[in-house]
Amino acid sequence: MIRIEKLHKSYPIGKDSLHVLKGLDLHIKEGEFVSIMGSSGSGKSTLLNIIGLLDEHDEGKYFLNGQLIEHLDEKKAAILRNKFLGFVFQSFNLINYKNALENVALPLYYKGIGRKDRQKIALQYLEKVGLKDRADHLPSELSGGEKQRVAIARALATNPKVVLADEPTGALDSTTSHSVMELLKEINREGMTVLVITHEEDIAEETDRIVRLKDGVITSDEKVNKKATI
Amino acid sequence: MFDLDRWQEIFQTISKNKLRTVLSGFTIAFAILLFTLLFGVGNGLKHTFEKQFAGDAQNSIYIRSGRTTKPYKGLQSGRKIQFRNDDAKFMNEKFESDIQFFSPNIERNVQAIYKGEQNRYTLRGVYPDYQPLEEAAIQEGRFISFIDLKERAKVIAIGRMVEKDLFGNRSAMGKNLNLDGISYKVIGVFSDPGGDNDERFIYTPFTTAQGIYKPNDEVDRFGLTFNPKLSVDKALAFSNLLTKMLKEKHNIDPRDQRAIRVQNYAEGTKNVQQFMTVLNIIILFIGIGTLVAGIIGISNIMVYIVKERTKEIGIRKALGATPKSIVGMIMLESIFVTAISGYSGLLIGVFSLRALGKSLEKYFILNPSVETYVVVGATIILVIAGTIAGYIPAKRAARIKPIIALNDQ
Repeated sequence: MIRIEKLHKSYPIGKDSLHVLKGLDLHIKEGEFVSIMGSSGSGKSTLLNIIGLLDEHDEGKYFLNGQLIEHLDEKKAAILRNKFLGFVFQSFNLINYKNALENVALPLYYKGIGRKDRQKIALQYLEKVGLKDRADHLPSELSGGEKQRVAIARALATNPKVVLADEPTGALDSTTSHSVMELLKEINREGMTVLVITHEEDIAEETDRIVRLKDGVITSDEKVNKKATI
Repeated sequence: MFDLDRWQEIFQTISKNKLRTVLSGFTIAFAILLFTLLFGVGNGLKHTFEKQFAGDAQNSIYIRSGRTTKPYKGLQSGRKIQFRNDDAKFMNEKFESDIQFFSPNIERNVQAIYKGEQNRYTLRGVYPDYQPLEEAAIQEGRFISFIDLKERAKVIAIGRMVEKDLFGNRSAMGKNLNLDGISYKVIGVFSDPGGDNDERFIYTPFTTAQGIYKPNDEVDRFGLTFNPKLSVDKALAFSNLLTKMLKEKHNIDPRDQRAIRVQNYAEGTKNVQQFMTVLNIIILFIGIGTLVAGIIGISNIMVYIVKERTKEIGIRKALGATPKSIVGMIMLESIFVTAISGYSGLLIGVFSLRALGKSLEKYFILNPSVETYVVVGATIILVIAGTIAGYIPAKRAARIKPIIALNDQ
């Protein structure tokens, strides 16, 4: 699903440039539940932005769903994002003047789906995350966990290939964090490829595979030994 | 082109962000309102001046005689100058190409009696040419004709106010009116843009008046209009030459200002025209100033709005919005808000001008109004300005990487 070869990325800082990603190789197959771990400055967010087509890489190759990503203009990137990717952010990034249902329906609008169908699909996904009864609430009327559930519903609405979650539990308490992770697990069990970025060990433990990043290189990439949870 | 979904999205954004909408809408509405009011008041001033100087043909010249104030060629001062028929002939021969309409004139104050009603009016013995000179418009019947002149007919054309004074609501046409004991038949009723005073004149054939009220061929004064093709300066030169030749003819010192007085409307017209030009420039200046202020206002607000929405734009982009759809959304929104509010500012302005119109008359502001195309033009300019002002930051916002927009606090 995601194949990265010798990926480099640097950011200009004044006259110098900061080399953030130094030749990464990563392969994530369809249906995997992967976490990328690293302390701040390790390059994990940069990696996610490149995978999420929110930023461009300098060198190396990136295949998304078998398609080589290079020389993307904004329009193509937008279409690919809409088609293949669902985002979950640490700060939720819901549009504050739209209610939960409208927020979930927004990517469907950009996909070109009619209003009636948008409402129907959005409601289905809200139901899936257990917030059907909160459909007409504004983000300001929802708790942090509820907001993140709405954001997850929004990420799923277009039925993407990959869900990218950037510190999805960063702004949540441990109980809520756990339930959000349960939700992501459930989504993964249904076949969705999920990529989580985190710096919390116990969050990473809940995924199937942990990729550790340090100073722009992958230091380890291992499967998690699942404890019997049920 | 018309995309219901897109408009629903825009309506939602507008209605959910009231402060923003009100802010930009108010700027436009207020600018257009001010523009309309200032322009309207300026036009009102203009109308007042136009009215003050209406009433006579703009190219008319009136020539009167008086007494000499300087001795000349052995003649004493204080001598009375009397125009006669040969002066009319003299002027028409000398200035044939410069004169458009010409009429000698005899004036007499008369007591007019019809049945029980009576009043004093000025009776004027004139040529048919006098009608365009005064810009009198026949309402009923006709003006004095050359046949009347030839036959010395005792006929009169009366002003609208004379008819109203003496005949009330009845028609004066064909009735006989007693003027100082002599009976005249009313052949016409006229109105005059000069107002009530000019509509209280009574006109009779020149020959009739001369025969009845003058012992011989005396004339009280002359009225003429110069060829309208003459420029203001040429017209003034013409009237100066005319004065000079008349003074020569009557043996008057060229420096004598009282013996023959020539009143040339061209002089007044020139002043009025200059004044109007200045007034127009002032109005234009105010209008442009208001517009520029409005443009700056709406531009600032558009820049602020787009800045405020940076994060939202980032979210939308992450969810799959193309740059084009982002720019389109912001543009349509701003065009919609500015057009609607510009139109309401226009309406408020026009209605307040209409409501205030009457009460402003005592401040020399008459019928303050704005030509529709001017206000609509101003509104369009503001809408375009708002669009351009919104376009530049919107374009920039749509171009920045979503990740940067998302990190914007």
